[in-house]
Amino acid sequence: MMRRPPNGAAALPYLLILPTLFFVVVFTLWPLIRVIYDSLFVENQAVQVPQFAGLENFLALFMSSAFRDVLYNTLIYVVITVPASTLFALSLALMLNREFKTRGLFRLAFFYPSMLPMVSAATIFLFMYTPGYGLINVFLSFFGVADQNWLGTPSLALPALMILGIWKQTGFYMIFFLAGLQGLPHDIFESARLDGASTLQSIRYITMPLLMGTTLFVTTIAVVNAFETVDQVYIMTSGGPVNSTSMLLFNMYETLFNYLDIGKASAMSVILIAMLLIFTTINFINTERNATYE
Amino acid sequence: MKKFQTVLFACLMIVMLFTACQPAPTPTAAPSAPAASAPSTATELTFYYPVAVAGPITQIIDGYIAKFEQANPDIKVKAVLSGGYGDTLTKIQTTIKGGGTPPDVAVLLSTDLYSLVDSNAIMPMDDAIKAAGGDTLTSDFYPAYLANSNYQGHIWSLPFQRSIPVLFYNKDMFKTAGLDPAKPPTTYQEMVDDAKKLTKADGSTWGLEISSDGIPYWLFQSFVIGSGSNVFSASNKVTFDSPVVAQSLQDFMDLSGKDKVMPTGILLWANMPNDFANGKAAMIWHSSGSLTNILKQAKFDVGVSYTVGEKGFGAPTGGGNMYILKGISPEHQAAAFKFVQFMTSPDIQADWSIHTGYVASRKSAYDTQAMKDNITKVPQAGVAPAGLQYAGPELATHNNAQIQKFLGDAVQAALTGKSAPADALKNAQQQADQVLSQFKE
Repeated sequence: MMRRPPNGAAALPYLLILPTLFFVVVFTLWPLIRVIYDSLFVENQAVQVPQFAGLENFLALFMSSAFRDVLYNTLIYVVITVPASTLFALSLALMLNREFKTRGLFRLAFFYPSMLPMVSAATIFLFMYTPGYGLINVFLSFFGVADQNWLGTPSLALPALMILGIWKQTGFYMIFFLAGLQGLPHDIFESARLDGASTLQSIRYITMPLLMGTTLFVTTIAVVNAFETVDQVYIMTSGGPVNSTSMLLFNMYETLFNYLDIGKASAMSVILIAMLLIFTTINFINTERNATYE
Repeated sequence: MKKFQTVLFACLMIVMLFTACQPAPTPTAAPSAPAASAPSTATELTFYYPVAVAGPITQIIDGYIAKFEQANPDIKVKAVLSGGYGDTLTKIQTTIKGGGTPPDVAVLLSTDLYSLVDSNAIMPMDDAIKAAGGDTLTSDFYPAYLANSNYQGHIWSLPFQRSIPVLFYNKDMFKTAGLDPAKPPTTYQEMVDDAKKLTKADGSTWGLEISSDGIPYWLFQSFVIGSGSNVFSASNKVTFDSPVVAQSLQDFMDLSGKDKVMPTGILLWANMPNDFANGKAAMIWHSSGSLTNILKQAKFDVGVSYTVGEKGFGAPTGGGNMYILKGISPEHQAAAFKFVQFMTSPDIQADWSIHTGYVASRKSAYDTQAMKDNITKVPQAGVAPAGLQYAGPELATHNNAQIQKFLGDAVQAALTGKSAPADALKNAQQQADQVLSQFKE
């Protein structure tokens, strides 16, 4: 016979999640529905009362070369910074997982950039990238590299932002990898060493598969962070020069708050959400397939 | 006991839920603790203002408000610092779109006029101005500044903190290069010739630096206005692809290309005063409002002159005006205009100009003793107001931010060699036409 649960306890789970559910609905679900709804209307400075337009906003965006440039810039940024920062983070974590005296100091040094607000970091880097007396140009001149106008040259501006992004986020991901590494059992590595495996082999065949869960998490966070890049653009380049650093979230901000084009901005939001959803789903499926769990 | 725990938990959750739901205080909400001495019938105005120049702006504004409240005991003004011009406009427009209460008075760009009228955000000042003196009042404002306030036969704003771009030049370097420091260039060609003499072969000094990041259209307009033309002809018509504009863009490009008196690529506005003070640039184009900052940094004799085009001096105006927002009660409207009148009065304008570097928007401000003393002390401060005779209207159209961006992108594309100037301008013209076609004049 099934034991009847005590009175009131059946409602307990729902009551417990109610506050969180409330916030998720108000700040995530409702805006999502609203933005999808708004993207189907034309509403801008010339059309103050929303007019239904179906998929016209999306069509207009994909046909505009400016928006295609925005997508291209954003994808380049993601495709380069995510693997780079993940790899750096993993290498740093592997190196800093060993025992040595000043280990704590190094961990702090690498983690420190991620504690800075991005706006502060961007303002500092704005002056570091100055032609002539900016620190980066001075440093490079020791290696004989000519003075560069980093933020004023279309081909260099986006790399400049990418360097800042990687510098800032690597420490953050390193912490996750460190935590993952410290959760790994020691006996497997010992037996591998007894069998004659080199360090690299043990990293490749033991550490990596066991870290798949952490790697999945880090890459997902890294991709979402990369898509959300806006602070550096706002502070350092405003999307220039010649739209070479115009990225999706910044363009959305401009479209909504500077041009008051609610329809187009909503359409861009939907595109961003769709891209992130697709990526996260593929990432999960892929990594789950390859993951080995304890 | 289990049941009690459950109920307790439930109550806790509900209480947490409701405390978390407290609405955040909005800047337009009435103060929770009314001032003990204020009469209950005092009209309280909310005033949004941006900060666009360096200096203790908040203190200065609070000082003006204290003076105003003393003279008008039945009006209280709550000043809210609202970021930059863009932030202020965004705050106001999103408040209106969301159905909230906008502030009563705000300082916004003079070129925001059409966007504000389109979103039905502001009210005309004609009646209030007529009651306050009509033409005797408006004729005291510099025409170049008041020009941005007219639309559909109404006056919508009064100039408050205005500027023009000016040419700063290093008088010491002029002397060393054999140029007369009392004779800055008066045309584009003279500026190029002077810059060539000032540019050092080893690259340590450039003759001229003109920035092109951020809002490139503003400095670019100097070239066009100095050639006797402008980049737009109506609130819904731009002239980006006209021959004069194309030639102006070519002139801008030649500075770093053909004549090599300027570094290549996009130069940053924020770096210009530093480059000038460091001797890296002998001449720069920058806002008249940067004078105080430059004088503080420069250890040499600083000369101020006007920006030029092919025909002679030319510059767009810049800066912000006072607007009164729509939808406020008649008592608030009257009080708001009193405040606007106070802030644009000659004495306040003179004081504001001395402390910030903005050009006072009224001619009579330059007749005040305070201003005369300041110009004796800092003669460079007298140059900008005299240059208003060469000023032309700043680019102002419907959906202004986007139109300005199209022109700015074209300028940047040409300067970086990404496209030929004619193509870039034609592209900008097409994009602008598409956007502006939806608006009536």
